[in-house]
Amino acid sequence: MSLLDVVLFLPLLGFLALLILPAGVSRSAALGISLVIFVLSLGLIGTVTAAPDAYGFEGNTPWINTPEIHYHIGLDGLGLWLVILSTLLTPIAILVSWKYIEQRVQLFYAFLLLLEFGVIGVFVSLDLFLFYVFWEVSLVPMYFLIGIWGHDRRIYAAVKFFLYTMAGSVLMLAAIIFLYTQAGTFDYVDILNQLRSGRIVLSAQAEMLLFLAFFLSFAIKVPLFPLHTWLPDAHVEAPTAGSIMLASVMLKMGTYGLVRFCLPLFPGAAHRAAGWIVGLAIVGIIYGALVAMVQPNMKKLVAYSSVSHLGFVVLGIFSFTQAGLDGAVYQMLNHGISTGALFMLVGFMYERRHSLEIAAYGGVATPAPHLAIVFLITTLASIGLPMLNNFVGEYLVLQGAAQVSMASAAAAAVGVILSACYMLWLYQRAFYGRASESLAHHMPDLSKREWIAVVPLLILMLWMGIYTQTFLPAISARNASILQEVNRSATAGVPSPSGVSPEVANAR
Amino acid sequence: MLQLWLIPVLPLVGFLLNGLLGRRLSKPVVNVIACGSVLLSFLWVLKSLNALGVFSGGLEEAYKEHYFTWIQSGMLNISVDFAVDRLTAVMLMIVTGIGFLIHVYATGYMAHEGGYYRFFAYLNLFMFFMLVLVLGANFLLLFIGWEGVGLCSYLLIGFYFLEKFATDAANKAFIVNRIGDFGFSLAVFLVVIHFGTLDFTAVFEKVNAMPVESAAGWMTAISLLLLVGATGKSAQIPLYVWLPDAMAGPTPVSALIHAATMVTAGVYMVARSAPIFLHSAHALDIVAIVGLATAFFAATIGLAQTDIKKVYAYSTVSQLGYMFVGLGVGAFSAGIFHVMTHAFFKALLFLGAGSVIHACSGEQDMRFMGGLRKYTPITMYTLAAATLAIAGFPGLSGAASKDLILEAAYEHAPWMYWVGVVTAGMTAFYVGRAFCMTFFGEYRGKPAAKAHGHGHDDHAHGHGTPHESPASMWIPLVVLAVLSLAGHRFFPIPAFLEPIFPLHEGEPEHWLEYVATAFGLGGLALAYLFYVVSPGLPDSIASTFRGPYRLIYNKYFVDELYDSAVITPTIEGSRALLWRVVDARGIDGLVNGVGTTARGVGAVLRRMQSGSIRSYAAWVVLGSIAIVAYIGFRGGVL
Repeated sequence: MSLLDVVLFLPLLGFLALLILPAGVSRSAALGISLVIFVLSLGLIGTVTAAPDAYGFEGNTPWINTPEIHYHIGLDGLGLWLVILSTLLTPIAILVSWKYIEQRVQLFYAFLLLLEFGVIGVFVSLDLFLFYVFWEVSLVPMYFLIGIWGHDRRIYAAVKFFLYTMAGSVLMLAAIIFLYTQAGTFDYVDILNQLRSGRIVLSAQAEMLLFLAFFLSFAIKVPLFPLHTWLPDAHVEAPTAGSIMLASVMLKMGTYGLVRFCLPLFPGAAHRAAGWIVGLAIVGIIYGALVAMVQPNMKKLVAYSSVSHLGFVVLGIFSFTQAGLDGAVYQMLNHGISTGALFMLVGFMYERRHSLEIAAYGGVATPAPHLAIVFLITTLASIGLPMLNNFVGEYLVLQGAAQVSMASAAAAAVGVILSACYMLWLYQRAFYGRASESLAHHMPDLSKREWIAVVPLLILMLWMGIYTQTFLPAISARNASILQEVNRSATAGVPSPSGVSPEVANAR
Repeated sequence: MLQLWLIPVLPLVGFLLNGLLGRRLSKPVVNVIACGSVLLSFLWVLKSLNALGVFSGGLEEAYKEHYFTWIQSGMLNISVDFAVDRLTAVMLMIVTGIGFLIHVYATGYMAHEGGYYRFFAYLNLFMFFMLVLVLGANFLLLFIGWEGVGLCSYLLIGFYFLEKFATDAANKAFIVNRIGDFGFSLAVFLVVIHFGTLDFTAVFEKVNAMPVESAAGWMTAISLLLLVGATGKSAQIPLYVWLPDAMAGPTPVSALIHAATMVTAGVYMVARSAPIFLHSAHALDIVAIVGLATAFFAATIGLAQTDIKKVYAYSTVSQLGYMFVGLGVGAFSAGIFHVMTHAFFKALLFLGAGSVIHACSGEQDMRFMGGLRKYTPITMYTLAAATLAIAGFPGLSGAASKDLILEAAYEHAPWMYWVGVVTAGMTAFYVGRAFCMTFFGEYRGKPAAKAHGHGHDDHAHGHGTPHESPASMWIPLVVLAVLSLAGHRFFPIPAFLEPIFPLHEGEPEHWLEYVATAFGLGGLALAYLFYVVSPGLPDSIASTFRGPYRLIYNKYFVDELYDSAVITPTIEGSRALLWRVVDARGIDGLVNGVGTTARGVGAVLRRMQSGSIRSYAAWVVLGSIAIVAYIGFRGGVL
């Protein structure tokens, strides 16, 4: 049993334990367990960063005999930091819910741990069926987090979230089964080898259909424009912890899937579809930003900003350049940190004033100066100020995109201007100005617990902005080999009419 | 290793100390931390420059220190490196030297303000970023400083954050600068694509190895995109609109950030990128034309402003225009020379204005000043020095650098020279006007006046008559006055920058200088005539030329134009079309339609609407199990 097995299954054990333990100790127990998981997960870093291109802590044992489904897991430079992000944000989400969740406390924390189990599983699965199971497992607790502990329209939001995601994953399941019929295995590494060596040959049409089946499922999760409308509703209705986990970790399942599966398995189709996808990503960047600009609701604003930010990630992935892909993966982490922090802070404000409308605030900086400063730093991180984390990711993505097409980089960079507009206007309306009497009375500054929840994220914003060497080398090394994989189609003679030929992408 | 990193990090430590602990510290301690950290930084600059031989004719080549790798992705490697060459040396001296004086001044000026420690924390943070900007040895490091000073500018413009006009101005500054940065970042992408690196030395070596004639279109593109960045930060047409509004910040901020240092970052950046610009004659021409147009245009607006800080703000825009003219006509060292002399006299003008505002208890409208020569003699004499310097009085610092620019402009294209001297005449007129309106005549303010409605600095403390400022304020004024009068003699920048920017051969024609001087003195004389000798004249002229007067008084309605042409359509379009129609009715309508249909058709799904969470749970679990079971049972058949 490897450390990765432990990190993966402890959340599940925690989930079961919480169901048995008395409700009174649920949150402490959940916090304790999640902290243990976090600390243990740090032990994964050394091994994986030493050999980021291989699957560290690999485990492969049969799970179901017919059809042959293996419990095959492993961790490389692509999954490593996403796992750490998940294990870090789970205790933070628990801490944030400490006072806010008053009903069905036991179940709430149990579901948070089940969610952690699901998302870690997604990031470490090397068997397509196993991956699918975890994908679905993560869906269930999030569905309940929104549906039970959400705001007024929670049922609508939860069902919408569920239907959207289900629609996508059904397609993915069909594609997985089709691949199984071809390869005789669900094993990702095995299938990839067969595709690479030509033992399975997919017609261009079949490859494209398979690619699209996977892609749609992931694109809904990301969410890529125009598949995004479930996100604002889900965020607005979700409790704070749900929003944090959803934005920080679950959206990354989609972008992770694109990099892990769509690109290496179906490189030809990926290249052929890249033009369209990049187009949608750019539309999403600008569209998300423009719609964010006019939102009167803080959570909706942040949700639409996520559509914009995730557009950058997709843009980077489908640039098929080292810089673009590195930036995209880095940006997955960055978005997790800074948007997670934004949802947390909005949640703190909601707990004080019971409103998400920006108009209900104004002048918060006077009664709550610390909250104002923390929100400002997070805002600056979110709009990509250098020395904070998002800048590095955005820069690399745009640099990569520019190497393929200057026009697409220029169009996407407009999103950087717009991000300053919507975030600074939000900040001005919520924090500056004179506080009304009632606001001043109901806006205590950050409590000690709230500080503890937010400080790790603040530290990471600075750390990831200034000293990228801690995180980026492992990502970059892994991406280099993924890119090689993606560009193998060039030698296989698959035409790439999208105009993004891999030689150009790499040579420039 | 000279430990250059200490130069920016010292003020950063000041920022951290005051920022984290300032609330609990007494004002003197805050002062010592804030001013002390900048003073130490200044001393470290002197020590480093001395070690590099700057004061004994050394430092012909750049000196560079490497600290760590910032970003590494494939071939692309971006390091945290600081470098000093003679250009950086000049900027370091200006930033830390003037910066220190303004910090000292601010301890007096801000003495009665709330948020005292916050103010100095921001000011120190600004010093950090500005020093990173000039020390950074590659484009992206420069960009850290570039965006960082923009952040501090945002924070300090919005320092009085209870007031909407202040935070509006702060947002405007940040967002307009972002538009400029859009250009800058595209330039950075192109540099990487074509040179594979962002390191200044490496890029410029490759550029210099290319023959000038072979200048490709992309060289022009890089240059023009860099220029877009510069027009944002250095307030040139069309992005100058944020700078006049930025005067909503406390006056020391206007002096330090919005006159002496930050706004010259664009000039520094273009001068730093000179090898690239020199490969594109078109780009250089456009730099000169943008600068000239800005200089002229802003000067005309300056003629009619009544807020003393607004006058100096438009003057700053105009003077920055001169610097760009210098760069554009190839006289890079003259442009940098003007950066320095302008830092002396414009910082002094603003600090003097602050002293005047202080004296008048927060009043900023010159129509309610007047006769202050009786009350504030030191302020008057020092402001006189600055006024004469900017007006181009012969032998003073302003004339020295401006004449160099104008001479180079004449060589490039005589018409540019003529526009330049007319602008110089207008400049002399409006600074003369400001001086006369504040110091001559009788005091027109109301006794015991609280700040007038639009007294931007919340700076009233209810004195009856105007009064001279404390020593912490007038000593910096005196130092700056000396520098305005003779600073160009202590620091002959063009000769110093020779290794980087070769000087022009040949003797310039003397009449050029005489004409420029005549315009300057003429402008001053006219101002004296209008505002001291016959004070009724301005009003009658304004009513005679009502149309043009209204136009310049309202700043050509450019803000209104931007508002109605860009901002309102964007916001209203996003709200009415994108959000309400495309998102809500279009996409979501479709999705909900599908959802409704599905629910209508499927009896199973209809039961999901029962609203009971328990049944949803059951469905999800059952569904998953069903799928697993299906596959399990079908087994090998698949």
